[in-house]
Amino acid sequence: MQVPAPVEYARAISVEHAIGLLGRLGEEARLIAGGHSLLPMMKLRLANPEYLVDINDLHAELGYIEVGPTEVRLGAMTRHRELLESDPLAAVCPIFRDAERVIADPPVRNRGTLGGALCQADPSEDLSSVCTALDASCVIQGADGVRVVPMDDFHRGPYETAVGHAEILTEVRIPIRPGGSSAYAKVDRRAGDWAVVAAGAALWLDEHATIADARVGLAAVGPHTTHLPEVSRALRGREPSEAAWELAGGIAASACRPVTDSRGSADYKRHLAGELTRRTLRTAWERARERGGASWR
Amino acid sequence: MTTTTPMGHGRMLRKEDRRFVRGRGRYVDDLQLPGMLHLAVLRSPVAHARIVSIDTLAAEAHPKVKAVVTGAMLAERGLAWMPTLSGDRQAVLATDKVRFQGQEVAFVVAEDRYSARDALELIDVEYDLLEPVVDVRRALDPDAALIRDDVPGKTDNHCFDWETGDAAAAEAVFARAEVVVRQELVFPRVHPAPMETCGAVADYDRIEEKLTLWSTTQAPHAHRTLLSMFAGIPEHRIRVVSPDIGGGFGNKVPVYPGYVHAIVGSIMTGRPVKWTEDRTENLVASGFARDYVMQGEIAATREGRILAVRSHVLADHGAFNGTAAPRKFPGGFFGVFTGSYDIEAAYCSMTAVHTNKAPGGVAYACSFRIAEAVYLVERLVDMLAAELDRDPVSLRMQNFIRPDQFPYTSRTGWVYDSGDYPRAMELALQIAGYDELRAEQAERRARGAGEPLMGIGVSFFTEAVGAGPRKDMDMLGLGMADGCELRVHPTGSAVVRISVQTQGQGHETTFAQLIAEELGLHPDDVDVVHGDTDSTPYGLGTYGSRSTPVSGAAAVLAARRVRDKAQLIAAGMLEVAPDDLEWSTAQGGGRFDVRGVPGSGVTIQEVAMRAHGAGDLPDGVEGGLDAQISYNPDNLTYPFGAYICVVDIDPGTAVVTVRRFIAVDDCGTRINEMIVEGQIHGGLTDGIGMALMEFIGFDEHGNCLGGSLMDYLIPTALEVPDWETGTTVTPAPDHPIGAKGVGESATVGSPPAVVNAVIDALAPYGVRHADMPLTPSRVWEAMQGRAAPPF
Ligand SMILES: Cc1cc2nc3c(=O)[nH]c(=O)nc-3n(C[C@H](O)[C@H](O)[C@H](O)COP(=O)(O)OP(=O)(O)OC[C@H]3O[C@@H](n4cnc5c(N)ncnc54)[C@H](O)[C@@H]3O)c2cc1C
Repeated sequence: MQVPAPVEYARAISVEHAIGLLGRLGEEARLIAGGHSLLPMMKLRLANPEYLVDINDLHAELGYIEVGPTEVRLGAMTRHRELLESDPLAAVCPIFRDAERVIADPPVRNRGTLGGALCQADPSEDLSSVCTALDASCVIQGADGVRVVPMDDFHRGPYETAVGHAEILTEVRIPIRPGGSSAYAKVDRRAGDWAVVAAGAALWLDEHATIADARVGLAAVGPHTTHLPEVSRALRGREPSEAAWELAGGIAASACRPVTDSRGSADYKRHLAGELTRRTLRTAWERARERGGASWR
Repeated sequence: MTTTTPMGHGRMLRKEDRRFVRGRGRYVDDLQLPGMLHLAVLRSPVAHARIVSIDTLAAEAHPKVKAVVTGAMLAERGLAWMPTLSGDRQAVLATDKVRFQGQEVAFVVAEDRYSARDALELIDVEYDLLEPVVDVRRALDPDAALIRDDVPGKTDNHCFDWETGDAAAAEAVFARAEVVVRQELVFPRVHPAPMETCGAVADYDRIEEKLTLWSTTQAPHAHRTLLSMFAGIPEHRIRVVSPDIGGGFGNKVPVYPGYVHAIVGSIMTGRPVKWTEDRTENLVASGFARDYVMQGEIAATREGRILAVRSHVLADHGAFNGTAAPRKFPGGFFGVFTGSYDIEAAYCSMTAVHTNKAPGGVAYACSFRIAEAVYLVERLVDMLAAELDRDPVSLRMQNFIRPDQFPYTSRTGWVYDSGDYPRAMELALQIAGYDELRAEQAERRARGAGEPLMGIGVSFFTEAVGAGPRKDMDMLGLGMADGCELRVHPTGSAVVRISVQTQGQGHETTFAQLIAEELGLHPDDVDVVHGDTDSTPYGLGTYGSRSTPVSGAAAVLAARRVRDKAQLIAAGMLEVAPDDLEWSTAQGGGRFDVRGVPGSGVTIQEVAMRAHGAGDLPDGVEGGLDAQISYNPDNLTYPFGAYICVVDIDPGTAVVTVRRFIAVDDCGTRINEMIVEGQIHGGLTDGIGMALMEFIGFDEHGNCLGGSLMDYLIPTALEVPDWETGTTVTPAPDHPIGAKGVGESATVGSPPAVVNAVIDALAPYGVRHADMPLTPSRVWEAMQGRAAPPF
């Protein structure tokens, strides 16, 4: 049995309470949400916090999926399973369901949270690329109030985010623009495995059915998930076509920085970055056309 | 009495599942004894280093710690080194050097498992790093670091050499052969990864001077003998209990240092001590499997007649030779690498070496290295088919040992007992719809781009299981026989005590069915006792698919002895001569009737009551109704099977999907078909795991890269198709009911089927071979013409 080192434990009853506890307990305190990233590291004694502040009681407060006309708001304590099962979310952002189907396994999805996933900031983590593709922003609350950080600034490096000590990620906001859709694709070695490479794409068509904007986020091909602005620049204003996806795939393959490890060779990962970029853009476009009705066909 | 139909109560549900499905299984880690202490092991973080110093003071000062033990302390008692099952020795705790990452360096005994684990961090070990030997191909280089400097006079990392077959005869055939195909084939290091990790509870009674050891062992009797010889405790004062075991696959055959730690801990503290390995410890430090680099060669005529097979094997045995194999077979039963084919000559030479990796090489359901042998020959035959532009099925059919050739003595001296290979192959083809599959493949290939790459892989295996005849086979001098004791109670129910130990194979059901069939009882009326050396007869345990071939035969013969005695008693009861009686088991009830007069006689229950009762017994017949036997098999049994695997590969991502898997198995007479199928389903899943994902790799420093189930992947239900199984029955001539072992057939037979299917799918890319594990990345590299061994 793998056992963590001794740790003290407190349950927060509100966001303010959690922030207060973190402030009082100091740098050695950590929030615990679903625990599916933190506890494995503690059991291997790779993480040895002195205090855990459990925020699972905040699920009522921070576990929500609100789909509005121009924005989707997701509470940080929303569980993977809730993201997977939400039909309203799948209707506007099908990328979530694509991704959640291939994240971990049902026991992990029952507990793991959106906030935990983003704050863990594992370079292979799936929801970060989803949120990057969707141009999401993160709402971070601390003793001094609330700030909103775009996804591009949220990740500071592997396992490092903009969330400071005694701060908590409370919400993720996703803008809804017309004519858009999204898709996610992942290659893993086995169901429930972390990505060898994964790609998320979102794409918006204008009234002439040309590409108004497109965004791609890749996982597991660099120190952290990043948006590929080169892809967006190359696709804006272009006709959707195999040639466009080829172009984007080529950019993705050369822009990423994979390393060889037991999941695969750097060359293979580079190839996948291109292949999955092409596939997800193609699917996002097909979905956007369907949603847009006859005028876009 | 050999039968080709399943036994009575054939597919009955497993008796043991009553407790397992209710969560009432009782595993070693469930055991709680009054005053029990807990043990944790400090392991080496590095692969090769000299131990400069160990400071245990801070750990000893921990308020809940009862003992901290180092190698130096064990050395004072002569317990620092213990024998392995292959006659090598292994450090119980490292004294001089650490030789693999995860090696045991010290242990702590504490009041609870948390404190024991915490105290490990208080032990300070200073290591002087040495160059690790990681690459098996470099292990014998003159400048390679010497791993085993504990062995006097040792100057290199050589472990053993072994050969089989006739080198000169093989060379003569190869020299004149029209076609020769050569390929290096790597069967990488994998791990059995049983769901339950290894563990023990040791309880040494200082008053009675008796040791009770509950442990996760597949061979409780053999462990008792070894512990007695090593620790100097008289054998009658050791009781080894193997309670419910959560999977073994060979991982629980060796005696591990942890068992000895628990014993030493209990002797030192006078209290029961529990040790339970965690998942990482199990994956990193306990018995691995495979790790063979095989140079294979096959010679044939242009018409496809296979003439000879030859191989040289480089075997990685890790830091200590912990392989479990009969003494005369250091390379296990690899000698059956001639497969299912009638050939003219064969030769294999093997060089085993030490590396700075965990010891073991024990099993993983390989039937003593037959998995490696079958993989070698089945890949070579497929490569020959490609070379000759022949269909791999017709090439196999052309070369099979014919049914009329059995018993067949192979070119390496194995006597195949019985078989009908074409029949099994035909059945597999029929279930698969082989011709339609080939047509579909041709169509898809013609359509070209965008289509999934479809591959069809075939393998045919013959196993040699049920070790073994004592004239040839022993482990550390212990003959590989198995005992059985059967007692029929006065009311006609029975208890059978066996020397083998189930780890999930369903012995409590299978053995009850065997006895029930022979005595005309209901299986529910037969209690099966196993796993406790104090209450079962001596025998060597369950591995190498030997339970049914050896212990099963013992049970049947014990039951027949009981029946013979029952016949004498029945004759006395009916006042007729024994020969005038007829035995029948109509409606499942055993009875003796006067020949030709049905209903005239007595039931087995009535005989049992008389045997224990007050009435007279015939002259010379003792009271009671029981028998005891020790069974020494005349030969191994040779189950076989024909497997067909269909895969689809996504040409863009190189992800392999197993679409179908057809498995026709012939294990002779089947006792409980459901249990047999369960064994096959599990083995096929194992095979897909090894072929596609399982791999214990190391970095250049000797760090194990497979230390968790996130890194060491085992397949789930999502990676396997619905199995399509088929049966032929060719009884085993030397087994009393004609049964052969089946526990490892599918694990042995399936990896080459999957690999052959993947290579077949990649034929349009000109791929001849790619080594396991065929992960997406490795398949893609092969498609780029860069297939490389998995190092
Ligand atoms: C077997 C297994 C397989 C997995 N497979 C995948 C996979 O395929 N893809 C994938 O993307 N993920 C995978 N995961 C990770 C899983 O999705 C985790 O649940 C998720 O990454 C973390 O969420 P959590 O709620 O469990 O976070 P926790 O483990 O509770 O916390 C993670 C970190 O985030 C911090 N944190 C948590 N919530 C907040 C908050 N609101 N504000 C600030 N900081 C916070 C914690 O302090 C901690 O540092 C897998 C996990 C397991 C165990």
